[in-house]
Order: sequence, then C-alpha cells, then structure tokens
Amino acid sequence: MSNLASSAALAQASPSSAPSGHAIELVGVNKWYGEFHVLKDINLKVHRGERIVICGPSGSGKSTMIRCINRLEEHQQGTIIVDGIELTNDLKRIDEIRREVGMCFQHFNLFPHLTILENLTLAPIWVRKMPKKEADELAMHFLTKVKIPEQAHKYPGQLSGGQQQRVAIARALCMKPKILLFDEPTSALDPEMVKEVLETMVSLAEEGMTMLCVTHEMGFARQVANRVIFMDAGQIIEMNEPEPFFSNPQHERTRLFLSQILGH
Amino acid sequence: MNLSSFIDVFHAWPSLLNGLVMTVMLTLVSSFLGVVLGTLCAWGSLKGPKAVRWFIRGYVEFFRNTPFLGQIFFIFFGLPALGLRLDPVTAALVALTINLTAYACEIIRAGIEATPAGQFEAASSLGLKPAQAFFLVIIPPAFQRVWPAMTSQLVIILLASALCSQISVAELSYEANMIASRTFRNFEAYIVVTLIYLGLAVLFREMLTWVGRRFVYGEFATGAQR
Repeated sequence: MSNLASSAALAQASPSSAPSGHAIELVGVNKWYGEFHVLKDINLKVHRGERIVICGPSGSGKSTMIRCINRLEEHQQGTIIVDGIELTNDLKRIDEIRREVGMCFQHFNLFPHLTILENLTLAPIWVRKMPKKEADELAMHFLTKVKIPEQAHKYPGQLSGGQQQRVAIARALCMKPKILLFDEPTSALDPEMVKEVLETMVSLAEEGMTMLCVTHEMGFARQVANRVIFMDAGQIIEMNEPEPFFSNPQHERTRLFLSQILGH
Repeated sequence: MNLSSFIDVFHAWPSLLNGLVMTVMLTLVSSFLGVVLGTLCAWGSLKGPKAVRWFIRGYVEFFRNTPFLGQIFFIFFGLPALGLRLDPVTAALVALTINLTAYACEIIRAGIEATPAGQFEAASSLGLKPAQAFFLVIIPPAFQRVWPAMTSQLVIILLASALCSQISVAELSYEANMIASRTFRNFEAYIVVTLIYLGLAVLFREMLTWVGRRFVYGEFATGAQR
C-alpha cells in the first residue's frame, strides 16, 4: 500500500470508459472554484467492496472530491470512472452513475413533505419504475434493516437526527446502489446519536458495500476502513491502511491533524 | 337617500348574479392558469437555458411594472393591429393570466430559492431527473412556504378583474356601471357591488386557506408541529 498518494504513480489506470476492475477510478482530477484550486491532481482507485475513510481539515476538498464522483460537482480536468462508466457531460452517463451510487449527507436532506416511506419509495418508483407495492415492500425491508420500521408513516420532522440519518441511509439503499458515498454523516448529530448511525454503517460495511466516507470518526475508520485518506489543501497527502495510518503517519501535516482530532 | 332607494338596485339582481358568475369564472380560470404557468416560469427562470431565463426575467419585469389597465387595453385594443383580435372575455382571461403569471413566478421563485440546496442534491443523487426533482421534491415545500403570499396575490387578481369592465366584459363592476347609469342610483349600486366584492374576497381567501390545508400543507404541517 502506498503512503504517498498525490503522485501520479497511483494512477495506473488508462483513462478509458472500458469496464474496469475498480469501483471508482479518479485519474489526475483537478477542480477549481473560480481562481481557487480546490482539487489538485487527485488520483485514487477504489476496489469493489473496499471501504475508504477520508479525513482532513475543513476546506481540504474531501467533500468536493466525493461529490465529484456522482457529479454533484463538476471536475474540470482528469478522468473519473465509476463502475466502468466514464463521467462526462453526457446526461445519460450521469444518470447511469447516479443509479449505482448512493449518497448520504451531513444534514440528511430528507424530503420534509413526504413520509418516511414516501421518502424511500420516491426514487424506486420514479427512477427504477418499480410498482408502488413492490417499492413499499423494499422500503419496509430497508427500514427494518436500519431498525426503524415503526417510523414509516411519520414525517422527517418528527424523527431524531440519528433516526433521520438512518432513514437517509435506507433511502439510498432502496436504489440498490453498488457504491455508497457518505459526506460527514455524523457531523450534525448529537453525540448520543452518532453510535446508532455508525452501527448501521458498520453493518453495511460487513455486507461488502463499497463505501467512501468523509468523516472524523476515527474509531469507525479503525474498525471498518480498508484505507484511510488524509487530504489537505485539495491534495491527497497520505493514504494507508488504518493501522499504519494512525500509528505511524508519514507526513507532518497528517501527524498534526491526527494529534488535533485524537487529542481532545 | 333611504333604504327604499336600494330597491332599484336589488331589482337588477339577475344582472348582478350574471356579473358575479363572470367575476368568479375570470378569477378561478386565471388563478388556476396563472399558478400553473407561474410555476413553470419559476422553473424556467431558475433552471432554464440562459435565453429562457432572460426572457422570463424581462416578461416578469414588464408585467409587474406596468399598470394592469394598460395591459388589458393593449391586449384588447392593441393586438388587433397585429392581426390578433380577441373577444372581450378571452382578452380579459389572457390579461389576468399573463399578469398573475408574472407575480406568481416571483412568489414561487422566492419559495424555491428558500429551499436548501441539499434537497435538490439529494434528489439528483437518487437519480431523479431535474424536472422530477423540481416537481416532486422542490415545489411542494416551496408552495408551503409561499402559500400565504400566493393567497394574497390571488385575492388581488379577484379584485383586479373589476378592470375587465373597461373592455366591456359583463362582470360585476360592469353590471354595477349598467345599473347605475340605468337607475341613476350611483351610490347604491356601487356600495352594493363593493360589499359583494368584499364578501367574495373574504370567501375566496377562506377557500384558498382551506385549499392550502387540504392540498398544499397536507399532513406534513400538522406532523411538523407535533
């Protein structure tokens, strides 16, 4: 496993749209917000079934990077291949990729005017064209999986933050994605609710879901990540398996960051 | 003037009733069309191609910053010069709808802009197409936010329909003019019609409040209060 990931050495993939063995490949990805260079030459390959935790200070580009994977943000340079499909401006490809990539957000982003059940069935019915009855059954299956089937007919505003985030995970699962992206899923939660969400994520990881998770929950990283990535100033500074990442970080900036978040 | 001087006006109740029916028809049809078109314009002004956005912006600016009387005169008296001749009722409906659409567009746009960006992102990440995301996810809460403002605007359109009398649409104000000129009971005719407008406006507002509770807010509103 390479410690230094910002080099192009990590980018062995050819930038083609041919099916590849990787779930996700980012090759030489660059992105700017106006003058601000937010992603700098990002190279990353994610194997199928791999769990990757991404950490770093705020503004380091970690959220932007995962949001590029399902095209919530557009990259300006480089190649992103998701499940063998190269991400371009082609709307069909973007739709195809979004069908395979689920996402959970920091603020859950449940639809407040729909019941929990309707939140879960909306995309299966409208995107997958699933009959309502089947979609309802699927939704109840995943609500049971995240341990809140009894909340099906409530509205998001009636649930706790932890419950809402579990609903958000179930909603993403209803599309049967191959890859799940998590953008700081526990950052907006009260401390006592973090555990229930992390437990749900751990159980997903155990089932072999490919996961990219932006989080500062280092306990979670140790427990389930195959690799941990540290980003700063738009670059991947360090990438390693959890044990060497935490016990022997190679970069000064990683050491400083870890000392700050593990120190309190 | 005494109570008996109102008798001439009350004798003309069939005309008043016809006028009332016309006013209600103008209001309901233009309200429905104006809200639907206003919603589409709000979408176009936010998500449409640049040319569409600019066109809608220009349209909204024009119709919100010119008098409704000028608009209705232009549509009825001006358009025939361009070869488009509309009968009074159609011209009135077109004028009311175009005017309301401009205001509704701005009201709904404000509701959409107050929607957190995360809602659209969540819908997109689930694979919903932009139009699906807009109508299934963005619009319902946006309507909930702006329904009180929309209610006021629709009541304004009800009252503005009085100006349609100026192109000889036989609505309530037109009938009042007719009764007044026929009976010379100006005070009585206009006070009666004004009170009918007052009653109509209050009734319409209550109806829209009910529509809001039944169709716009739904159970979500009661749910959120719990």
